[in-house]
Amino acid sequence: MSETSPTPQTDKKTVLSVRDLKTAVATPQGQKIVVDGLSFDLREGETLCIAGESGSGKSMTALSIMRLLPEPMARIAGGTIDLGGRDLTALGESEMRKVRGDDVAMIFQEPMTSLNPVLTIGRQLREAVLAHESVSRAKADARALEILRDVRLSEPEQRLKQYPHELSGGMRQRVMIAMALACHPKVLIADEPTTALDVTIQAQILQLMRDLQKETGTAIVLITHDMGVVAEMADRVIVMQHGRIVEDNAVAPLFAAPKDPYTAELLAAVPKLGAMAGKDPANAHLQDGAAAKVVEVEDLTVRFNLKGGVLHRVVSRVHAVEGVGFDLHRGETLGLVGESGCGKSTIGKALMNLVPWEGSIRVCGEHVMRSRTAAADRGYRRNLQMVFQDPYASLDPRMTVGDLVGEPLVIHGLARGQELEDRVAGLFRRVGLTPEQMRRHPHEFSGGQRQRICIARALALEPKAIVADESVSALDVSVQAQVLDLMKELQDEMGLAYLFISHDMAVVEQVSHRVAVMYLGQIVEVGTRRQIFENPQHSYTKKLLKAVPIPDPGRRRDAFEVPTGEIPSPVLPLGQSVERVRYVDVGNRHLVAEAP
Amino acid sequence: MSVGETAVQEAATATGERGVMQRLFRRKTAVFALVLIVVIVGAAVLAPLVAPYDPNEQFFDGLTLEGAPLPPGPQFWLGTDLLGRDLLSRLIFGAQTSLIIGVVANGVAAAFGALVGILAGFFRGWVETVLMRFTDLMMAFPALLLAITLAALFRPSLWIVAMVIAMVNWVQMARVVYTETRSLSEREFIVAERSMGAGTFRILFRHVLPHLLSSIVVFGTLGISTTVLLEATLSYLGIGVQPPTPSWGNIIYENQTYFTSAPWLVFFPGIAIIALALGFNLLGDALREVLDPTQKGRH
Repeated sequence: MSETSPTPQTDKKTVLSVRDLKTAVATPQGQKIVVDGLSFDLREGETLCIAGESGSGKSMTALSIMRLLPEPMARIAGGTIDLGGRDLTALGESEMRKVRGDDVAMIFQEPMTSLNPVLTIGRQLREAVLAHESVSRAKADARALEILRDVRLSEPEQRLKQYPHELSGGMRQRVMIAMALACHPKVLIADEPTTALDVTIQAQILQLMRDLQKETGTAIVLITHDMGVVAEMADRVIVMQHGRIVEDNAVAPLFAAPKDPYTAELLAAVPKLGAMAGKDPANAHLQDGAAAKVVEVEDLTVRFNLKGGVLHRVVSRVHAVEGVGFDLHRGETLGLVGESGCGKSTIGKALMNLVPWEGSIRVCGEHVMRSRTAAADRGYRRNLQMVFQDPYASLDPRMTVGDLVGEPLVIHGLARGQELEDRVAGLFRRVGLTPEQMRRHPHEFSGGQRQRICIARALALEPKAIVADESVSALDVSVQAQVLDLMKELQDEMGLAYLFISHDMAVVEQVSHRVAVMYLGQIVEVGTRRQIFENPQHSYTKKLLKAVPIPDPGRRRDAFEVPTGEIPSPVLPLGQSVERVRYVDVGNRHLVAEAP
Repeated sequence: MSVGETAVQEAATATGERGVMQRLFRRKTAVFALVLIVVIVGAAVLAPLVAPYDPNEQFFDGLTLEGAPLPPGPQFWLGTDLLGRDLLSRLIFGAQTSLIIGVVANGVAAAFGALVGILAGFFRGWVETVLMRFTDLMMAFPALLLAITLAALFRPSLWIVAMVIAMVNWVQMARVVYTETRSLSEREFIVAERSMGAGTFRILFRHVLPHLLSSIVVFGTLGISTTVLLEATLSYLGIGVQPPTPSWGNIIYENQTYFTSAPWLVFFPGIAIIALALGFNLLGDALREVLDPTQKGRH
């Protein structure tokens, strides 16, 4: 793993050789080939990344190699998988069980679903050891402790006694890696292992995988949609589309000069951190210097009570948001970044009056009141709307999309009959859909189209501002770019203001005029895009920026400069409170929290 | 393939109810269940036409010389009971009673249970506490004991029996609907509705209730068999439908002492009860599969 592009490791022996693999899935319309003629060789100590967007067949490839396909719905229709001289496609289930764990191991995206929630970590690790090695129980327990140390989990003795839900996502993924590596497999298949994790935790896990590979020489097949992760980790890359390999190359030439147009397109769509460096964000509606304030937030605090004990009394509080203040101007995008649990989504919910809050929120000058009826809130909601993360979950699956988009107009009594129909049709055209699609149901649309429907719905009331809570996070990069373009267009045209809540630093850099960084319920740094990304002052902002994987193998770092450890919890016992930060202006309204 | 899939889904959406029926008819167990139910309902509705005799007429030649009931034979197909009445005719007219109880009692129970469940699951807070503790109380109370007490308080009649059964049977529906409403009201599309300013009634009736309908239909159907069995139990205990009105339960009750010498008197009504319960259970199961939203798009 050096900065130079890896040379073909011809001296290393091949551990896994896949030839002309075909995987078929049965659908009501007949058989569908989801992996079509896949071939690759994996050498000892090598990292092969399989990249592609959703539906490209990359996960199906992993499941085929593990022989974990949901048969008979999906099955291997042809080809060979040669692992150490044995063809895995020809093995029976009982032989395959020995191969799994001993020779090939797999880790999944969501570690919580792969761990048994009712057994302790220690017991699950012991069983993993006992399943493949005939050793005594005491020996297996000792081995379990040893492998937890290997994955650098803090307080390993303590962890053995804990249950999966007591661990954070990053710790659980470490346990999964520990379990996968328990029997020193030759090949480790990792299917989106860091997608569900925060960037700083992702950096830790990627670093761990590199370290372990160096120690054990395990070959890794890393499946990911994130070109940043690919650039940081891969020796070789396979780009897949519609079940076929469109490009197979060493990582450096692939990024430098992609041969296939699809690869080029994919790489171009990836938002790159630092891509906007030196550019001042243009805001047509700000140029007069005194754009109207659309949303004003002062001293916003959201706390949730946690009940516990026999008497079911309040024992502790989640200090989700503590004394946050910001303004959002007409035509402006304010990026709100931070890791999970920092309170950024809670701010969005508080603005929409969906959680109990304290402080002051004004929308277009009107004070928002807490705990009012739905009817009383309608006034300010016409000026402030929200677009959620998961467009499928936020649309009622039983209604037609036309009814869904028209619903805000019906609720607010703004249109009916033919006028309603016409306005909905207009909204559909505005977001790049056709009015003919109005009679369909949400499940008949792709992810990007669904998010367009959600945007059309939010636009129906002609709001001044939109809260976009991770609104493009669930989309493939190429679709994400299109939706971001649409949002930008609408902003330029209508002077919309966005509160853009996201964990993705690169996307935030691309869209924001100003950026606020959140940590443990408070804003620790706020300023213009250039101030935050080119001159970060707070230690947490710097840490976040360093942890982001860069989609450029030429800039690959030998080691992520991330401190180990977890983010502290915002849960405090009753009576204790969070110390409010104080801000220093380091110039030009670039506010930074003082170090405590 | 995606084009084909969309076309199939469009067709299914356009045909609506017919789509459900078509999918239902593709299942053998569902067809079997429907045949059973149609035969029993048909017999009940057309009872005066299809029953060979008056169910309450005591035939002089319906008993042996010793006064014992007749076994199945050419004149009385399923034999006669201890008063010399034709068993087949009594079973056919008894089907009326059993079905009225099944549909009415169960309909009331399903509606009431669903209402309690929705209110408790959606409003939470004290509404939830009061309604669900009441439901728990009803659940803990022995149903049969309650039914006996109620039946003793009022003079037993067909309608009273139906109401008693309804009061005992709404609990399961309430719990199922409550759990589903709770998880539904936390779904993101409900939160999205709130963020747009949708009022409680719109959310409840336009967005929560349609999602509950399939569960209510399935559980309502499954409940019919429980109801018919409970009616049979109450009648068997003598506090259900009163003689001479025949019901499958009281036919068994009246004739149980002759079980060893005239087994057909218990056997045939027993078969009828099992057939009806089985029919509705299988139909309920099939409906559950057909209406399950996660099965959609697979057809």
